[in-house]
Amino acid sequence: MEELTLETMIAVFEEIFGTGLFWSMVAVAAIITVGYLYVLIRDHNLGMRRFLIAQLFMPVGAVLAVWFVMFMTSSNLSDIGGPVDVIVFLGIAVMGAIGMSILVYTVESLFFRDKLGD
Amino acid sequence: MTENFNTSRRAFLAMAAAGGAAATLPGAEARAQTVQTTARIVIIGAGAAGTALVNRLVDRLDGAQITLIDPRVRHLYQPGLSLVAAGLKPADYVVSTTTEWLPDGVTLVEDAVSAVDPEVQRVDTEGGESVEYDFLVLAPGLMLDHEAIEGFSRDMIGTNGIGALYGGPEDAAATWEAASRFVEEGGRGLFTRPETEMKCAGAPLKHTFLIDDRLRRADNRGAAEILYAAPQTSLFGVPIVSERVRMLFGDRDIDYSYQRTLRAIDAERKIATFETPDGTEEQDYDYIHIIPPQRAPQFIRDSGLSWADRWTDQGWVDCDQYTMRHNRYDNIWAVGDVAGVPKGKTAASVKFQVPVVEDHLVAAIQGEDGTETYDGYTSCPLITRIGRAMLIEFDYNNNLTPSFPGVIAPLEELWISWLMKEVALKATYNAMLRGQA
Repeated sequence: MEELTLETMIAVFEEIFGTGLFWSMVAVAAIITVGYLYVLIRDHNLGMRRFLIAQLFMPVGAVLAVWFVMFMTSSNLSDIGGPVDVIVFLGIAVMGAIGMSILVYTVESLFFRDKLGD
Repeated sequence: MTENFNTSRRAFLAMAAAGGAAATLPGAEARAQTVQTTARIVIIGAGAAGTALVNRLVDRLDGAQITLIDPRVRHLYQPGLSLVAAGLKPADYVVSTTTEWLPDGVTLVEDAVSAVDPEVQRVDTEGGESVEYDFLVLAPGLMLDHEAIEGFSRDMIGTNGIGALYGGPEDAAATWEAASRFVEEGGRGLFTRPETEMKCAGAPLKHTFLIDDRLRRADNRGAAEILYAAPQTSLFGVPIVSERVRMLFGDRDIDYSYQRTLRAIDAERKIATFETPDGTEEQDYDYIHIIPPQRAPQFIRDSGLSWADRWTDQGWVDCDQYTMRHNRYDNIWAVGDVAGVPKGKTAASVKFQVPVVEDHLVAAIQGEDGTETYDGYTSCPLITRIGRAMLIEFDYNNNLTPSFPGVIAPLEELWISWLMKEVALKATYNAMLRGQA
């Protein structure tokens, strides 16, 4: 890579997913994030019960993220060959886990707040 | 790559960063300064190099008359051919159209070039058209000399255990037909490469490694014997990489022999004839992968643009290896496969050569000298099995030039290097075609 600028990265991501899909995903991610920030500000605190349930979904998000990447790239767990691979693998899992917990917490707070309470 | 989008927070941060960065992009501002000119620029070839260059030139120049000359309707993403020939991607994975990548405001002449007259500065096409130029860029790619292999023709690919993946998506898909029979039935596999310069010197190795892996996955490796036969005296042009490949061949039980140049095949009897220092040698096979000798297009040689004393059987353009400028004609550059430089017949090289040619061409239009140089950078994600590759990058001096030193080890078989080949490479290539990477 000659220069890895943000422009280049965006161009590459647009090519991977297609311009429409890429920006749609960015939009969906942004909406979920805004929703998350909204419920945090609205409630002034984390609902611990909701937070706990969201945490329970983290392994599911981790496994889904890893499975998705492996499936999309004809890869297998046994292809992990060096330290950087382990880091990438864990990074994917962690991002999947955090993403899933944010999604679950936001959905809980927006739609099931009365049932789940704080 | 894809994992980022499962998480809202990262994407949100990225978008916030994008918004911030868009407001402060000095680099983009500086490059957007256009040069007023009425220069006539002709680019022969609308492949990877010609397309990437024209998309950058239209951003730099205002008023230039730019003409591309190329008869090919299809644009081929050639780095994908190895994946097609191993059954990992469908043939259409590599196919798009030439015109979809071209910017508005340039002229495309859909015809083959018959001659260039560098003295009167004119290009003639086979259809009888003549185009005059002030500046000329040679980017026609190269010719696969299939006829040089006696007894072989392209219509044989896919039959009688014959593979040859370089010719295009149909050839690569037919190669997988023949190779997959070898994977099922086992036998003796011969993997060759030509004695000439060639595009992507890693591809013959990738095909060997991938078919070896396919055999293992089919639980059939024990029924197969693999021989890699090279005309050279090493497995790769860069010594440290060659040594590493030698070790991997040992690990995979792949035999190799040097100074073996494929001259002929007998398709019926399944016998290949190699030229060796001690005369000819016959080898029988159940599967053979053929890569024909590669040469500059005939018009390059006929027009006196080739080196007179180097690669005389191949005809690559006589140009400076750092500036890509023709050594005898100031207003001509070569870029991509046709350039007579020691390394660099890959898309990665194109990515690095194009900004150099752009710099010198735009400078020349303004009566100045360019400053950018090309150091021979080439990159090869050398696949060693499905799911792993070595991200090998090097320059003219055979130095390894890793993009991510200390993070992605160049000589290690890594999953991340495979991910780059599988996910990011085509996207980066397409961004390059659009002049964005």
